[in-house]
Amino acid sequence: MSGRRRRLPLLITAVIGVIAPIAVMTPPLAGARAGGQMVEIGWLSQTQKRTLPLTYLDQPPSDEGIAGARLGIADDNTTGRFTGQSFELVESVAPAGADVRAAFGELAGKGVKLVVTDLDAPQLLAVAALPEAARATIFDTAAPDDQLRARDCRVNVLHLLPSRAMLADALVQYLVVKRWTQLLLVVGRSDGDREFGADIKHAATKFRADIVEEKPWTFTPGARRTDTGHFQIQAEIARFTQGINYDMLVVADEEDEFGDDLSYRTFDPRPVAGTQGLVPSAWARPFEQWGATQLQDRFFRQAKRWMTDRDYAAWMATRAIGEAATRTQSTDPTVISAFMRSGRFELAAYKGARLTFRSWDGQLRQPVLLADTRSLVSVSPQPGFLHQFSELDTLGVDQPETKCRLQ
Amino acid sequence: MRTAHGQTKIVMRGPGPGIHEKAARALRVLVDSRAKPGQDGLFEGASRRLPAITMLSAIVGAFLSPFPLAAADTIYVSNEKDNTITIVDGAKLEPVKTIPVGQRPRGILLSKDGKSLYICASDSDHIEVLDLAADKVVRTLPSGTDPEFFALDPTGKLLYVANEDDNLVTIVDVVQGTVLTEIPVGVEPEGMGVSPDGKYLVNTSETTNMAHLIDTKERKVVANILVDSRPRRAVWTADGAQFWVSAEVGGTVSVIDAANRQIVKRITFAVPGVATEAIQPVGIAITNDRKLAFVALGPANRVAIIDAQSYEVLRYLLVGQRVWSLAFSPDQSRLYTTNGVSNDISVIDVSAQKVVKSIPVGQAPWGIVSRP
Repeated sequence: MSGRRRRLPLLITAVIGVIAPIAVMTPPLAGARAGGQMVEIGWLSQTQKRTLPLTYLDQPPSDEGIAGARLGIADDNTTGRFTGQSFELVESVAPAGADVRAAFGELAGKGVKLVVTDLDAPQLLAVAALPEAARATIFDTAAPDDQLRARDCRVNVLHLLPSRAMLADALVQYLVVKRWTQLLLVVGRSDGDREFGADIKHAATKFRADIVEEKPWTFTPGARRTDTGHFQIQAEIARFTQGINYDMLVVADEEDEFGDDLSYRTFDPRPVAGTQGLVPSAWARPFEQWGATQLQDRFFRQAKRWMTDRDYAAWMATRAIGEAATRTQSTDPTVISAFMRSGRFELAAYKGARLTFRSWDGQLRQPVLLADTRSLVSVSPQPGFLHQFSELDTLGVDQPETKCRLQ
Repeated sequence: MRTAHGQTKIVMRGPGPGIHEKAARALRVLVDSRAKPGQDGLFEGASRRLPAITMLSAIVGAFLSPFPLAAADTIYVSNEKDNTITIVDGAKLEPVKTIPVGQRPRGILLSKDGKSLYICASDSDHIEVLDLAADKVVRTLPSGTDPEFFALDPTGKLLYVANEDDNLVTIVDVVQGTVLTEIPVGVEPEGMGVSPDGKYLVNTSETTNMAHLIDTKERKVVANILVDSRPRRAVWTADGAQFWVSAEVGGTVSVIDAANRQIVKRITFAVPGVATEAIQPVGIAITNDRKLAFVALGPANRVAIIDAQSYEVLRYLLVGQRVWSLAFSPDQSRLYTTNGVSNDISVIDVSAQKVVKSIPVGQAPWGIVSRP
């Protein structure tokens, strides 16, 4: 999940700026780049103090997000060779603890009006409220918070990642199709966990599943690596899940403090889904349908690691800008933003469907993948969940229910 | 596999289309018995009716309109998941042989003399040449990485190959077995179509959303036409006046005038009861007299029949699931479709505009050609 890893011990230093931006592609072909039109896209992120996740295997990469933006820019420039447009990423990575508003001000001072951000919700709101941001468009590629699509929505912000509500709906739709409808919900201690837990409950009501019991996870995480520690964990999880009659354990633990410890240790043999186990997400390593293999390969070649959902969101943001610039034949940020919000815009992003932005909250409509670490299990919306306008709108908050008032 | 009712069911995996078809059928029955009323996706529900409908039309067809007599062709189908080619007898409309080939065979083409079949073995990163007398792969050609689709120039000496991973079109000398040159194009080159006179090559790039017109003598891109999202196939009309480009995600087909390089018509599709997202045009086939065009609509499980003069969609034929590639029989009396999810091909009678039969092939059928 994307809201994961926002805490304590490990400070990952900003190695981010080191990797040079993708080199300029082959020289222009016939008729290309006549006027030398340039689109500048800002990148704003902050070095994070992050939690060491429970699993040793997947450490958060230091260039997460920005690597996706760089690939999107490279793809945009390949297209630009034929249309006479070029794209440049103006990168700004604020140090941990620094005021991101100043960094945004600097980007705005350079005339950058399209800014892709990898920031958490409070930082995003602080930046979006700046006077310099009033005429800019901010592409949020990191914050899945429902509130950013509800009371805290902003007219100058578009959201590329699915909200927690969309992820929860995607998962519960699949569980209902499988008829695994009796759910044990285990919720961690972060605000994000609580929001995802609430979204699961809401989805269960909407799609007719039952939360048979909800249990908060109250154990504080200790040392990960103690010899023979597995005896204790096994006994603890077995006790924790004993005496409950359920089909599926759904866990909300975005920072991976305990979620990976649940599978195979429950009292009854029950599968795990949610932030661990079967995970709903925008992107997943095992995904290779609808040409996704090509994006996985391109990304791996460039970044020397697998693409995460935040990389994917940043790629989509830069590709959406590129697509709007190509279609409008304009480099004017106002024209580009207006086109993206219009009915004529569509983004192809390896999900088979045309992706568009919801007019009521700026959220990108998109299918959600359901995968574990080794295989893609399904893609929601599930067949049969019908909608008046778009089946993609069976995921997340639909227009009639929205609490967002864009202004 | 354990079913909801507790019986143990064994689904066999292995070579031979018969087994796959049985497994697919068993799975379909399983899905049917478990689906709640009102929960069926509309197009899914429709596709489940397919076997009955095709069977019925096959029976009716057998009595009322016998298959066109001229068709004594042989049909070749690449099976993307099986790594095989299925050979189908065009007279009996039955599969007769399965040949193992390289990894992930997708695009296939007949050589100019009709004696060989060229196969894009995408995961093997080369092109294989299948000798159709011996039914054996006899040589391989270089192709660049991940070849998906290609086109043969009218002399039969050059293959133009789209390399999805490298943003290149590779030109291969078939006789020498060497790469002549590479032409940089947009992101994820896919569709390839050579004009009937061989002077131009159209290549589509899936992420750049363009049709690139390449002068084959100069080996240079001379025009770029922006089309809708994720363009797939580019098919020329026999008179060389137009080429048609399908856009899978955009859901349209653009008809492009070859002389002035402008889009003259953007054809859109609407199938009652099918979600617009499920309409994903891929394969295109246009009759030589340019009266009719056929477009495969992917997960909509339909082939659209279009009046190629007025560009009006005349009707939609229900075929198998995820209909992908199209090929005419040599006399154009029939059209064949590969159906990637239902693991079969559909046979369409062109003059009657009807599906007359579906034939089981291997797993995930992709490319298809027919030889006299």
